[in-house]
Amino acid sequence: MEIIFALAIGVLSGSGVWLLLRPRTFQVIMGLSLLAYAINLFIFAMGRLAIDRAPILDPGDVPDPTLYADPVPQALVLTAIVISFATTALLLVVILASRGLTGTDHVDGREGEA
Amino acid sequence: MSLVLIVLLPFLGSLVAAFLPSNARNAEAWLAGIVAVTCTGLVLNLYPEVTSGEVVRHVIPWLPQFGLNFHLRMDGYAWLFALLVSFMGALVVLYARYYMSAADPVPRFFSFLLAFMGAMVGMVLSGNLIQLVVFWELTSLTSFMLIAYWYHLSEARHGARTALTVTAMGGLCLLGGVLMLGEVAGGYELDRVLAAGDQIRAHPWYPAILILVLLGALTKSAQFPFHFWLPHAMAAPTPVSAYLHSATMVKAGVFLLARLWPVLSGTDLWFWILCLAGLSSLLLGGFAAIFQRDMKGVLAYSTISHLGLITLLLGMNTRLALVAAVFHMMNHATFKASLFMAAGIVDHGTGTRDLQRLSGLSRAMPITATLALVAAAAMAGVPLLNGFLSKEMFFAETMFAGEGPAIRIGLPAMATIAGMFSVAYSLRLIHQVFFGPLAEDLPRVPHEPTRGMLLPSALLVLACLLVGIFPGYTVGPFLRTATQAILGEQTPTYSLAVWHGLTLPLVMSFVALLGGFIIYLLLYLHRRRSHGHAPLLNRFDGGRTFDVVIIRLIRAAGLARRTIASRRLQSQLLMIVGIAFVAAALVAWSGDVHWGAAQLSPVDPIFALLWVVGGACAIGAAVQAKYHRLAALIMVGGTGLITCLTFAWFSAPDLALTQITVEVVTVVLILLGLRWLPRRIEMNDARRQTLRAKARRVRDGIIAVAVGGGMATLVFAVLSRPRMVDLSRFFVEHSLPQAGGGNVVNVILVDFRAFDTFGEITVVGIVALTVYALLRRFRPAIESVGLPRAQREDGARGTQYVPDPTELLPQGYMMVPAVLVRMLLPMAGLISVFFLLRGHNLPGGGFIGGLVLATAVIVQYMVGGAIWVEARTRIQPLYWIASGLLAAGTAGTIAWFAGRTFLTSLTLDLDLPLIGAIHLSSTLWFDIGVYMLVVGATVLMLVALAHQSLRSYRRPGAVAQSTDIRMDSRVASETQEAH
Repeated sequence: MEIIFALAIGVLSGSGVWLLLRPRTFQVIMGLSLLAYAINLFIFAMGRLAIDRAPILDPGDVPDPTLYADPVPQALVLTAIVISFATTALLLVVILASRGLTGTDHVDGREGEA
Repeated sequence: MSLVLIVLLPFLGSLVAAFLPSNARNAEAWLAGIVAVTCTGLVLNLYPEVTSGEVVRHVIPWLPQFGLNFHLRMDGYAWLFALLVSFMGALVVLYARYYMSAADPVPRFFSFLLAFMGAMVGMVLSGNLIQLVVFWELTSLTSFMLIAYWYHLSEARHGARTALTVTAMGGLCLLGGVLMLGEVAGGYELDRVLAAGDQIRAHPWYPAILILVLLGALTKSAQFPFHFWLPHAMAAPTPVSAYLHSATMVKAGVFLLARLWPVLSGTDLWFWILCLAGLSSLLLGGFAAIFQRDMKGVLAYSTISHLGLITLLLGMNTRLALVAAVFHMMNHATFKASLFMAAGIVDHGTGTRDLQRLSGLSRAMPITATLALVAAAAMAGVPLLNGFLSKEMFFAETMFAGEGPAIRIGLPAMATIAGMFSVAYSLRLIHQVFFGPLAEDLPRVPHEPTRGMLLPSALLVLACLLVGIFPGYTVGPFLRTATQAILGEQTPTYSLAVWHGLTLPLVMSFVALLGGFIIYLLLYLHRRRSHGHAPLLNRFDGGRTFDVVIIRLIRAAGLARRTIASRRLQSQLLMIVGIAFVAAALVAWSGDVHWGAAQLSPVDPIFALLWVVGGACAIGAAVQAKYHRLAALIMVGGTGLITCLTFAWFSAPDLALTQITVEVVTVVLILLGLRWLPRRIEMNDARRQTLRAKARRVRDGIIAVAVGGGMATLVFAVLSRPRMVDLSRFFVEHSLPQAGGGNVVNVILVDFRAFDTFGEITVVGIVALTVYALLRRFRPAIESVGLPRAQREDGARGTQYVPDPTELLPQGYMMVPAVLVRMLLPMAGLISVFFLLRGHNLPGGGFIGGLVLATAVIVQYMVGGAIWVEARTRIQPLYWIASGLLAAGTAGTIAWFAGRTFLTSLTLDLDLPLIGAIHLSSTLWFDIGVYMLVVGATVLMLVALAHQSLRSYRRPGAVAQSTDIRMDSRVASETQEAH
């Protein structure tokens, strides 16, 4: 599982970086979305992979942290997902406004080479 | 308390002065004068305590755990300086009232002057070295502002820049030195540092500390080789020159040297650096002063020379020399400030300060001439004036400064020569300006100024005389108090008397007087006309070196910007990614990277298959994002779903729920945005085929593969290592007992780290408002204004759907889904509340619940259309955002009323009849805040974007057939204006 997880993050971040370096605004926003997945999974991976051990306790349970998946990266990623939605929305509006103002969807606001 | 007032009053006055009207010259002067006089009174009032050897203190704790307190401390030495600063401030304010013309914007002047006074007093009274450096830098900044007061003059700007660069760099060095000093002494309190003198001198850091502190002091006191900023600073208004650049600020350097004298002095290094710097400044300053054309130039170079004398005295490592140094600091302040005032009066009365043009002014302005004559005589060291006393002490000290014939004979000889220079330039100043025939061609007719302008100068000259004639009765007690504060028990005995018998210093004094007279006579006979530059010294002009260095720096910065920086986003991103990759690769290469030893879990083929799909989607999106946006968006959504499944797979139900709801709203959002992007067709894009474009794609591909490979390696390296539970232990163990919640992730969000979450939702709210605000002024590109193709074709066939808000259900294609989503809304609302309420113990919470409700609302819009939906119910996202923040905030502040810190959770257990036991917690209230904010923010962003299409919707249906794009855009902008 670990190797698949690692490869998945590799593919996501590679695709994300490739799109990030493209000239069109839409490509960049897609690239950022993919990078966001990759980074969220990356942070999540810092707590290692655990199956059927959701960090949800019942009052009678022994609160032994080794029995549960690490809740800290999960809490970090949860807010990161929401924030990345907010930044995507902001970026989208900025590129739409830039397209309206400059007449192009090039990231520099004017047509460069390709 | 009065210590705090002494420091605070000038700053308060500065604030008030800044807001007075710009022509309120009198009000400003009264304000500044009252502040200065009050401060003087407060300082004088403390004299009885100080003179008994007591140290007056006021400590305000700031960061006591780091040894940082706001510490004001006044001993005899600080008292003397505080008196000098405040009293001189009062005189200068009075003088400035008459000096500044009605056209000058006086609030700025008095505001900065008062701020300077506060900073200087604060520096003098600092009982903490770091605090001292802060005030020290403040004096540099206010000095910058005051030199640049007439900022329309290029020399004012240049002088201000030079002064700030030199003194602020010195200040930085001083900060470094002080930090090391505090480290060695074990604290930054002045008392502790003063007590640790032996320890500091024996420490291996001592040379570094000394050099850094001396760099600070010598730059501030304009000592060779940093002296060049002071003559440029003469572009300031004359009151500023009198106050900052002769009496007080330039004394800060020597003040500090004397302050730290018990700690740093006594070593050879101290002796050599200070003696060389001081002697060079003394001789070069004096020599250069003889040849200046500008009156203020003479005074500036003479200030350098006299400060050099003080530095030299401090460097001699004898206690008597220290006494002489402190004495001369005071004497120099009195006569030099009064001379500056005289120069200002001459400038004011005649319109020029040029020594070549001025002549014979004693006929037109006799009082000024007399005052200047006495002050200049004090500067030259004529007996019965204060300058004579300290200069004689200086001559006496030079004879005992060190061993060896070079020092024993050389130093007194050099001192005598410097004395001759001093006599020569004083003589020249007075003779050329006030004697000879009255100059005819002056810009203004010379006249005596008002009494207010003469009074400060006269008081200072009176002080010169009194001190000079009755030193023991006037300055004696103060000087003793001050030196005792520095030297304590070891204060030497000395006698302040005019006549000590026919001693060698007296002979030296007379030789200097005679020699100076002869030098001036020779100059006068041989070269009546001076070009304003000192011979021989031009090559060693530090100012020119400074300018060259600055110009080179600016050029280098420009070159660096042109070669490294780019305005193109792609290059910038490339650099960020590249640097991040190189940094990570360096760490991996230099460190010991290997796989960990943890047991790997067996591969599940279904999971592998999931990620085959996920990876294919990601790569597909990367390939298609340019020409097939919709396809790319769908594939990114697919990747998101696989990510969501991955979270669910690996025991993160909260993340899975959040991810899937966010995924939905993200896709809807971007779908709404697609309409405003230009069409792009693969066939006719010729630029794609150029060699450069291909090469760039290959390069980016290589980078992408490298980054992806690096990330995969990194993740695997982590995953193959055993897990650390140190951090999670606390949260898992305390979740139930302390926060009463079983869902640890939710408990972290709303309880343990609620403050982070509070900040987070605030950011989301701000982003939503920003999106809303940006869209209010949205101007689409012209070709995107018309209806989209599908709607146009509908219109052509006559099947176009025109929304009718009065209908019971939206007609058209969407009628059946509309029925369904209407039924869905209450269900979705219920589920969202369910997720919200159960979140503390089971997967769910405010974020997830809020996103569920927001999705349900958006679906209404998508199916029914905005007009139809908003004709029925209207969700007011702005109110939801505000209420959400308010709820979260009150959940936090309510803890205050229970005497707890912000956002501490409070619980309330009630036992109500019929309902039974109820457990209420403020964290639920906080989570409700999160819920409402997420609903509001999400809906606001989506609806605001969706409404952009509505703007063109409201036009008559005919627009669909219209081919006149220009017309369209005009109508569109009108509808926007109307919106």
